[in-house]
Amino acid sequence: MDHLDQLEAQSVFILREAYRKLKPLAMLWSLGKDSNVMVWLAKKAFLGRVPFPVMHVDTGKKFPEMYKFRDEYAKKWDLNLLLGECPPVEDMDPSLPPAARSAARKTAGLAAMIEKHKLQGVIAGIRRDEQGTRAKERVFSPRGASHKWDIRNQPPEFWDQYATPHEEGMHIRVHPLLAWREIDIWRYIEREGIPLVDLYFSKNGKRYRSLGDSDITFPVESNASTLAEVIEELETTKTSERAGRAMDHESEDAFERLRVAGYL
Amino acid sequence: MSEKIYSSQDAATPIVIVGHVDHGKSTLIGRLLHDTDSLQDGKVAQIIESSKKRGLKIEWSFLLDSLQIERDQGVTVDSTRIPFRLGQREFVIVDAPGHRQFLRNMITGAADAEAAVLVVDAQEGAREQTRRHAMLLHLIGIRHVIVLLNKVDLLDFDQAKVEAVEKSVTELLNKLGLEAALFVPASARDGDNIASRSERSPWYKGPTLTEALASVPSPASRSELALRLPVQDVYRFDNIRYVAGRVERGRVRVGDTVIIGTQKTPARIASIESWHTAPHVSASAGQSIAVTLEPDVIPDRGDLLHHADAAPMEASRVRVRLFWLRQEPLRVGEHFRLRLATAEHAVTVTAIDKVVDLDDLTEHPGTEVPPEGFAEIVLSAAENIQFDPFTPGTTDGRGVLVDRQQRIVGGAPIIGPATIADGEKVIHPSASTVTVQDRERAKGHKGSVFWLTGLSGSGKSTLARAAETRLFADGVDVTVLDGDTLRAGLCKDLGFSEADRTENVRRAAEVARLLRDAGQVVIVALISPLRSDRDLARQIIGDGFEEVFVDADLGTCEQRDPKGLYAAARAGKISGFTGIDAPYEAPAAPALRLVTGKDSVEAATKTLVTFVENTVRNKTGARAQS
Repeated sequence: MDHLDQLEAQSVFILREAYRKLKPLAMLWSLGKDSNVMVWLAKKAFLGRVPFPVMHVDTGKKFPEMYKFRDEYAKKWDLNLLLGECPPVEDMDPSLPPAARSAARKTAGLAAMIEKHKLQGVIAGIRRDEQGTRAKERVFSPRGASHKWDIRNQPPEFWDQYATPHEEGMHIRVHPLLAWREIDIWRYIEREGIPLVDLYFSKNGKRYRSLGDSDITFPVESNASTLAEVIEELETTKTSERAGRAMDHESEDAFERLRVAGYL
Repeated sequence: MSEKIYSSQDAATPIVIVGHVDHGKSTLIGRLLHDTDSLQDGKVAQIIESSKKRGLKIEWSFLLDSLQIERDQGVTVDSTRIPFRLGQREFVIVDAPGHRQFLRNMITGAADAEAAVLVVDAQEGAREQTRRHAMLLHLIGIRHVIVLLNKVDLLDFDQAKVEAVEKSVTELLNKLGLEAALFVPASARDGDNIASRSERSPWYKGPTLTEALASVPSPASRSELALRLPVQDVYRFDNIRYVAGRVERGRVRVGDTVIIGTQKTPARIASIESWHTAPHVSASAGQSIAVTLEPDVIPDRGDLLHHADAAPMEASRVRVRLFWLRQEPLRVGEHFRLRLATAEHAVTVTAIDKVVDLDDLTEHPGTEVPPEGFAEIVLSAAENIQFDPFTPGTTDGRGVLVDRQQRIVGGAPIIGPATIADGEKVIHPSASTVTVQDRERAKGHKGSVFWLTGLSGSGKSTLARAAETRLFADGVDVTVLDGDTLRAGLCKDLGFSEADRTENVRRAAEVARLLRDAGQVVIVALISPLRSDRDLARQIIGDGFEEVFVDADLGTCEQRDPKGLYAAARAGKISGFTGIDAPYEAPAAPALRLVTGKDSVEAATKTLVTFVENTVRNKTGARAQS
């Protein structure tokens, strides 16, 4: 088994644990590269189908290419797609910096979805190498009644045993991609032929490395216009993947505050 | 193995860094990342900026403390994974915090590491957490340990002083059955012997830390071992039944005959199914697969699939090396679920054999495991557990204890089957092929033991007999073991000394266990005045032991005195009589308390009968007290 095989096998194992132990369960589909890989892995785990709903918590501010992609592949992949709306930015914590405040809408939209569908498990495509606070996550991460992440009191997790405590109002975030690196995601996309929004590829010397809301996400300088070129670029780069995500950089702790409150 | 050529296509090698608080782990990591040019652009500037803000010169450890709260507190809160590269080989550093209450974070980080760097302050030597962390490395199964003797500049790089520390740490590791791959004398702050050879320690000829890391062996393949495929789940999609699971070791091929679980059902692997890959005819260790079986049997989650010629061990009692993660002590009689791969068994702690003293790493017999302590204990299940003993480098025997809320409370690597400790007689109890479930189905209820304890004259026998009549009429297969009846036969060789009373309790408990195993409901009516004796009974009986306190005060009992025994004791005709000149230790938390000094026999009987019925017929609310 090569490294990608190992990552795939581990993610399949995690998805099968989640499907067995957490009901009702749903997967978040942000339409980005990581969540496409995640849908693909679910199809690997469950012999070509996704046996739980796939949710898109829609801020209404994604790129038009992303909406087109969503509608096309929801059909092609035979997904049970649930759409969730987000409250207006005026309802969000005014003490957050502007981009983080805008991103907080997604947290509120997600919380509403979780309550509406009484979800016990929510599968999300975050990775440890993306960002410092995500590095501290568990594969099965319990969220309290207000969806808060209690960083200082995380359960032990070892030997592929995942705690599944259940109390009224809490749910578990499941992170099947936690061990993947950005370059692993791209190599797997290349190996498997997983479709992507073409915003990830260079046009006029710029491409998106990470996709979020169109007003708070910016492209990076790049001439990589094919999968092979993107992989080659990543082998040498030393800038961070989320450099183009405004909310990460507004203040030292903005992203952490978002995550503690339930952001992905 | 060490000749392997690495590339960025390979998995990163996880390395865990452990050690006592303030011995320099975070500084080491910061230095390592800097010296191997593994930092993202701007990161160094960011550290300098953060350090300046807090009035410090340059603090390498800030690199790890990516959480705001950590920086303000000056403690690394949780394990973090940081990638770095040596040549073409990639590593992930797992930083494990040294603060004692964060033990579970360290285990979370360390469990999948290939090697460990144990950082020891050369001036301070091994401390409490050095011992604790080394112990955990041992229990979690990490064999490749590099000891970094840090802050050697404080010893002026003096060879004799460094070697003295090395000797004491070696002795410590040997006590744990660990052997260090090597010792590196270093100063993480100044960079000596980290990525480059130090001129200040010309006598040291060994590798630098980065050279040592580069030669960490890659994991051995588990594909050549005997097959173990634990069932993770069974799906039915489009009328096809798929048995899903991950091959833990060995190889499985289409056409193989496999044996399933403790029921030992044979079946043939009809196909290995997958989506969007070339068809598989075989699968090996590490792969998550789905198979179809012929005949189309339905295994349970947790059943092991193996080949007939290489079966795992089987025992209902297993001895484990516990690392206990709770903040409260663990005692005999506590119930848990033992997870082993995908299997889960209800278990009871039936013995605590050895408790580790972390001050000197000696082992002592004990009655409880201290908070976050280490011990060798015995876990007993009602059914057989299939397992392979814990072996580092494999997933064998990786037992984990969870509580009723499915929270992980400890690691329990399995040493092997547990024999009954008493005198270690070589006995081979034969196992019944009639299962607990078979008996339950036939009788319509579970086997259980209700242990009535209380003063002489409190009404134990009266209640037991009245309940027996009532339960029998309701179709419950019930037996009463009464103190006087036992002493008339089975125990007629025993007197009333403390040792004889303990033996009396032991025999009653053993008989009760046999009857319970046969599916009966057993009501034991025995003064059993000592808490330790009742704990012994609980330990022998295990699951399904319910303590019932028949509570009447001494005055009432003495007034009743149905057998004239209190009068005789008061007159000095009998000695050692419970309540008069021998103690009665009332249960602290009985499952049921019957206040017979106050309630009528009729009311107390009714309460007891309801409690028994609810318990053995699996109804809820069985725990209500009278």
